[in-house]
Amino acid sequence: VKHTISVTVEDKPGALTRITTMFARRGFNIDSLAVGPTERPGVSCITLRVDCEQHSLEQIEKQIHKLVNTLRVTELVPGEAVERELMVIKVNTAPERRAELIATTNAFGGRVLDLGADAVVLEITGTPEELDSFHELCRPYGIQESVRTGRIGLSRASSAKRQGRRRLAAIN
Amino acid sequence: MKMRGADAILRSLEAEGVEVMFGIPGGAIMPTYDAMARGTTVRHVLARHEQGAGHMAQGYARASGKVGVAIATSGPGATNLVTPIADAWMDSTPLVCITGQVRSTLIGTDAFQECDITGVTMPIVKHSWLVQSASEIPAVMKAAFHVARTGRCGPVLVDVPRDIQEAEFEYHYPERVELPGWKPPSKVHTLQVREAAKVIAHAERPVLYVGGGTLNADACSELLTLAEAGRLPVVTTLMGKGSFPESHELHFGWPGMHGPKWSNIAMNTCDVLVAIGSRFDDRVTGKLSAFAAGATIVHLDIDAAEISKLRKADIPVVGPLKQAVQELAREVGRHRAEGAPAPAAWLERLAELRETYPLRYGTSTDWIKPQWLLEQLQAVCAGEDVIVTTGVGQHQMWAMQYILSEKPRTFITSGGLGTMGFGIPAAVGAKAARPEATVICIDGDGCFQMTAQELVTAVLEDLPIVVVLVNNGYLGMVQQWQDMFFDGRRSHVHLTSAVPDYAKLAEAYGGVGMTVTEPDEVRPALEEAIRLGRTVVVDVRTDPSEQCFPMIPAGAAALDMVEYTDPTEVAT
Repeated sequence: VKHTISVTVEDKPGALTRITTMFARRGFNIDSLAVGPTERPGVSCITLRVDCEQHSLEQIEKQIHKLVNTLRVTELVPGEAVERELMVIKVNTAPERRAELIATTNAFGGRVLDLGADAVVLEITGTPEELDSFHELCRPYGIQESVRTGRIGLSRASSAKRQGRRRLAAIN
Repeated sequence: MKMRGADAILRSLEAEGVEVMFGIPGGAIMPTYDAMARGTTVRHVLARHEQGAGHMAQGYARASGKVGVAIATSGPGATNLVTPIADAWMDSTPLVCITGQVRSTLIGTDAFQECDITGVTMPIVKHSWLVQSASEIPAVMKAAFHVARTGRCGPVLVDVPRDIQEAEFEYHYPERVELPGWKPPSKVHTLQVREAAKVIAHAERPVLYVGGGTLNADACSELLTLAEAGRLPVVTTLMGKGSFPESHELHFGWPGMHGPKWSNIAMNTCDVLVAIGSRFDDRVTGKLSAFAAGATIVHLDIDAAEISKLRKADIPVVGPLKQAVQELAREVGRHRAEGAPAPAAWLERLAELRETYPLRYGTSTDWIKPQWLLEQLQAVCAGEDVIVTTGVGQHQMWAMQYILSEKPRTFITSGGLGTMGFGIPAAVGAKAARPEATVICIDGDGCFQMTAQELVTAVLEDLPIVVVLVNNGYLGMVQQWQDMFFDGRRSHVHLTSAVPDYAKLAEAYGGVGMTVTEPDEVRPALEEAIRLGRTVVVDVRTDPSEQCFPMIPAGAAALDMVEYTDPTEVAT
C-alpha cells in the first residue's frame, strides 16, 4: 500500500540525511522524495512516498518523529489532500506526428519546453497518476529520457481542521 | 566573557555539572586539552584506547545515572569511539562524545586524520552536531546534554573543528534549550494507565517484564510498590537486572536465551504481560510468533517507537516510566483494595516451577565449574556494596544467572550490542562514579584481551577494580554454538588458558595477579582480591567444556529450550 508522508524539518545540516539514513537502516524503501522550503523561514518540507503495510508506516512515522530536527510528521490522506508532481520528458517525434503530440500535451495542461528536429521536451504537472498516463501515451513515440520531481502535497483548503492530514496518534 | 572555543567546551561541561570525562588527546582536540591544562573542575581520566574511554563513560553513566562524557581526537580517535556509541545506542545509555575535527577549511579534503564522524555515526546517535562556529558551542553543548538524557536516553556526538576550538567569542551559557523538534513525552495518559491497571489487577497470570528503561527512568522504587501492591511476579531482563531486588519473593528470574526455565515459563504462559521499559528483543522472545502466545500485552515505554514495533501492544502507555509506574501502582492497589484478588495460585505455581527446575550444572570435580565460581563470588559479595560489570559471552550469562543484584545500577553489562571487552573499561567508569563501592568485572578470557590495556587506567587513575576471569581458554559461547549447531566443528575458538599469563599481565600493568586452579583456592582468592582494594586480576581456570544452560536456540520458541543434561546420568 502506498502512502504519502509529509515531514516538516528544521533546515539544519544533515536533516534530510538523518531521515534517509533511518529508512536505509531500518529496511524501508522510498518510492519518491521531494524536498523544498515552506512558508516558514528555516523550515523545509520533505515529502516521501513509501510502499509499506500499515504497521511499517507507524514505525516509519514514529522513527522520523524521534529525530531531533523533525517538527511534524503527517500522512497526506488520499482524497483529503491535493498532491502534485512535475515531469520533464524528452520524446521522439517525427515532424508529421509533432502536432498530435503537442495536442496531447495541451490536453494534459502541459507545455512544450524545447523543440528539436526529431524530438521535443515537454513539461507536465499533475497528479502522479496523470503523469503516469501521459508517460504511457508518450511511449509509442519513443521516450528518450524522463525525470520527475516526486510528489508534494497539502491538505485541501476545504477540509475541516486539517482532516487531510493524519497526525501520529501514539505520540503525546 | 570573551574566551576560546576550547575553553567554552570546558565551561559548558562545568555548567552541566560534569564531574569526570574519559578520553585521550590527539591533534585535532589539542586546543581543548590545552584548555584542560589551564584549569577545569572536571576530572579527566586518561584511557589507553578511545574505545576504553567510551566504555568508561558508559560504565560511569550506568553506575551514576548521570550523563557519561568521552572525548577524543579526529579520525582514528573518533572511529575508536564508534563501538561505545553503538553500544550506548542499543542499551540507551546517556553519553556525550566530544571529538576534535580537522580545521574547517580542510574538511572534505581528506586531510590528515580526517574522518566524517558525524556521517559514520549517524545511524547510531540520537543526534550529532558538527559545530560551525565557536559561538555555537554553548547552545550545542546544552542541547547535547539535554538530548542525551531526556526521552529515551542515548548517545550524542559533538564534533568540533580545531580552528573553532581556537576561535575567540563572547561566551554565554544559555538558560534554556532551543530545540523545537525535540519534544519527548512528559506526561502519561491517565486513561491508558487506568485501562492497564484494570487488566493487570484482574489477570489470573500476570507477569511484569522489566527492562533497562526502568533503571534509566529511576522508577525502581515505584516498581517495587507496584509489584507488592498487586502481588505481581517480576521478571527482569539482562538490562533490567538490579531494578528489582532479586532475593525478593516476587522476583522470578531473567527471561530469554539463557534464562532459567521457570522464568521463561512465567513469561510464556502468562495471560497479561506487562512490559516496562523493555523492548521484546529477540534474545528475550525467541521465536516472536510463539512468544507469550495469547497474552494481553501492556507496554509502558518512554519511546513511542517501541510500542508495537515487534509485538502489538493491546494497551500502550507512552510516557515517563517513573510517573507511569507510580500511577499504575496506585491504580492496581485500588483494584486490590476493592476486591480484585491477587494471583495467589499463579504465584504458587511459579514458586513450584522454580523449585522443580533449578539451574543445574555438572558436579565433576576435575575442574572448577564456572557456575560454582560465580556462586562463590555471589556468597562473598552478598550484602556488600558491590557493582558487577561483565564482558559478553558465557561468563556474562552465568553472571546473570548466579549473581543476585539487589540494588539499581549494580549490574552493568553490554546487552543489545553484545560488545566483548565492555567489562574492564565499564568497571573503571563505574568506580569513578562510585568510589566507595567494590567494582568487580566478571570477564571471559576472550573479552579480557580486547580491552585489558585499561587495567593501566585503573591502576594509575586510582580507580581499582577486581577482575574475576572466568578463564576456560576458549571463545566459549562461540565454541558452545559450534558444538550444538555446527556438528562440533571447532573453528578458531581456542585461545589457550595460559598464554598470556594473566596474572603476570596484571602485574605488568601495575596491578596484582592471582592464578587459581584448585576449587579450595577460590574463596580465599576472591576474599583477598576484594580486601586488597587494589586492581587485581583473579585468573580462575575453569572447565573448558562447560556449556551455558538452559538455552533457547536462536529462532526457536522460548519453551523449546535445551536443558542441561548430566552426561553421567543413564538414559532410561
